[in-house]
Amino acid sequence: MLVTMKTPIIRVKDVHKSYGRGPNRFDALKGVTFDINEGESIAIIGKSGSGKSTLMHVLALLDAPTSGSLELEGVETSTLHGKSLNQARNKTFGFVFQQFFLTANSSVLENVMLPMKIAGVKRSERKQRALAALEQLEMADKAGNKAVNLSGGQKQRSVIARALVNNPRIIFADEPTGNLDTATGAVVEDILFNLNREHGITLIVVTHDEELAARCDRRLYIRDGLLVNDTTEVAA
Amino acid sequence: MKTLDLFTTAVANTFRSKTRTILTILAIFVGAFTLTITNGLGTGINQYIDDTVTSIGAEDVMTVTVTPDADSGFGGATSGPTEYDPEAVSSGGFGPNEGGTVVALTPELLDDLADVDGVLSVEATKSITPDWIQYGDGTQYVTSVGGLVAGQSVQLAAGEEPDATSDAFELDLPISYVEPLGFSDADAAVGETITIAITDAERTQHLVDATVVGVAEESVAAPGAGGLVVNAALTDSLYDTQNIGLPDDQLERYATASIRFDANATDADITALKDNLADAGFTGTTVADQLGTIKTVIDAIVLVLNAFAIIALLAASFGIVNTLFMSVQERTREIGLMKAMGMGGGKIFGLFSLEAVFIGFLGSAIGAGIGMLAGTAISSVLSGAVLADLPGLTLIAFDPLSITVIILVVMAIAFLAGTLPAARAAKADPVESLRYE
Ligand SMILES: Nc1ncnc2c1ncn2[C@@H]1O[C@H](COP(=O)(O)OP(=O)(O)O)[C@@H](O)[C@H]1O
Ligand SMILES: [Mg+2]
Repeated sequence: MLVTMKTPIIRVKDVHKSYGRGPNRFDALKGVTFDINEGESIAIIGKSGSGKSTLMHVLALLDAPTSGSLELEGVETSTLHGKSLNQARNKTFGFVFQQFFLTANSSVLENVMLPMKIAGVKRSERKQRALAALEQLEMADKAGNKAVNLSGGQKQRSVIARALVNNPRIIFADEPTGNLDTATGAVVEDILFNLNREHGITLIVVTHDEELAARCDRRLYIRDGLLVNDTTEVAA
Repeated sequence: MKTLDLFTTAVANTFRSKTRTILTILAIFVGAFTLTITNGLGTGINQYIDDTVTSIGAEDVMTVTVTPDADSGFGGATSGPTEYDPEAVSSGGFGPNEGGTVVALTPELLDDLADVDGVLSVEATKSITPDWIQYGDGTQYVTSVGGLVAGQSVQLAAGEEPDATSDAFELDLPISYVEPLGFSDADAAVGETITIAITDAERTQHLVDATVVGVAEESVAAPGAGGLVVNAALTDSLYDTQNIGLPDDQLERYATASIRFDANATDADITALKDNLADAGFTGTTVADQLGTIKTVIDAIVLVLNAFAIIALLAASFGIVNTLFMSVQERTREIGLMKAMGMGGGKIFGLFSLEAVFIGFLGSAIGAGIGMLAGTAISSVLSGAVLADLPGLTLIAFDPLSITVIILVVMAIAFLAGTLPAARAAKADPVESLRYE
């Protein structure tokens, strides 16, 4: 394989994750190993309770693995703490969740500006960049609306605008179309794959939807905390 | 997140749940309002006392009496009847032994007093007890008579102070006598002549005429103790009249004397002077001493009232704890998201404690503001009615420093109340917060 010559953006080696202790201990991940290269689109696919979200949380540095190693752009992530950890989260990742997680009574613009506010970007630049992101998602006219008044599709577009406003290297999407009807879901999928193709943003989609998974370059099948199948499709 | 953004976000978050915030602010408001009023009361009364001391200009004057022997005087530890002392005279005016008898100041003792270190001049207080005063054929009224120690001044409602160097008999009338004596107002009294009746040692009554040159406001420490303020010529005349028929060895017996000391004396100097006086067998009291007791009592009352206000604030601070715990609960998802986006625990803590501090600020600023308005209104209503006899008294007064302190104290209490919920928010696990299904 040619791509293996380059440092993968994420390298997972024998990662375990368990919850609880003693007799209540539950192993959600039982040793998973794989690489993700920059610019890939990956589907993590499996039944409910198989460990998909747990794996995504580990990859997004929201949760530390119980054992094993996780490298982000060649850096062992267990060495990251405090400020450097927060900076890695802020600069590298964008999130799209099934439940949107928009602040209901704030405007769409405020919601989209949040990651930049956390990053400490100046107010004027925040606004300009947030409007540009909303423009890109054809949501510019809704910038002043309260998030609570949007339709599902509009909410998910706002979430995507928020995810990409800080120019992330990786976008994590946990069941991004789970709360949308088929037509709207398809549009959101198109937007995500477009970002992946045109802007080279690595896309990691967590789903149990085979059709969505089929659109990805690679699918990681997970069952009971173990990787059962890793397919690399040669894209047409 | 930048500090300014942290601050504006906290302020914006405060108004997200308006009803809850307003109720919390209301609770703090009650405490801050009470604290403002009670403090204002202390400030107002003490300011009035200070003003009174300054306006009568008696900072460098001390009233001196002879210290009674512990075993021969009243108030001593010994019981049983007090032995007769031919040197004792009845004390008039106000001093530490008011209403009783004191050992008299003889000319020899006055000389001793003048020799005490730090005493610049000595003036015996001539105690004069007139029978009555009268204007024209009007009603006769009982009064007392006092003089001005050099440097003292009268708070005037009309006219001027009696001229100390004049040979004419001049006096200032207390304002409360103006209408009873038959004058239409203070200005009408100025320039009029009134009659003073005084009885001598042989029980003969004499009448002395004197001119009213001014009308004095009443105050808690008015010269002349709220009676007529007379000039030296009139004092001497009345005193001599009163002493007609007194045997020579009974003349020149004074209950108290006024001494003057260095006007620039520090508190330490005054204490040293009192010690010197005590060593020589005298007791010295300044006007500030006499009023100091009143101030101590007022301070104690204000302290007790403040304690109630603080209790109200503590109750309100539980309101803050509750409000913020509810916000943290409601915003779990948002906190988790902000953490996932790289916001540190310290900033999250700052966000919530700033919110608490801002709630505290709003409650205390509104409380102090309305407290000041209400206090000012109450003062002006009362000063026109119940307190009309005490001109210059603003019952509830405010100084910017104590208002600032009140606001800062409330904000500090709010901050402390906010730490618990803020710490819980800071510790929140983003994965737990963002979990669904
Ligand atoms: N905090 C936790 N404590 C205990 N068990 C957990 C916890 N989080 C997840 N699990 C368990 O780990 C397994 C994997 O969960 P998850 O990764 O959320 O699955 P998926 O996203 O594939 O539905 C599930 O059986 C779940 O019950
Ligand atoms: Mg899941």
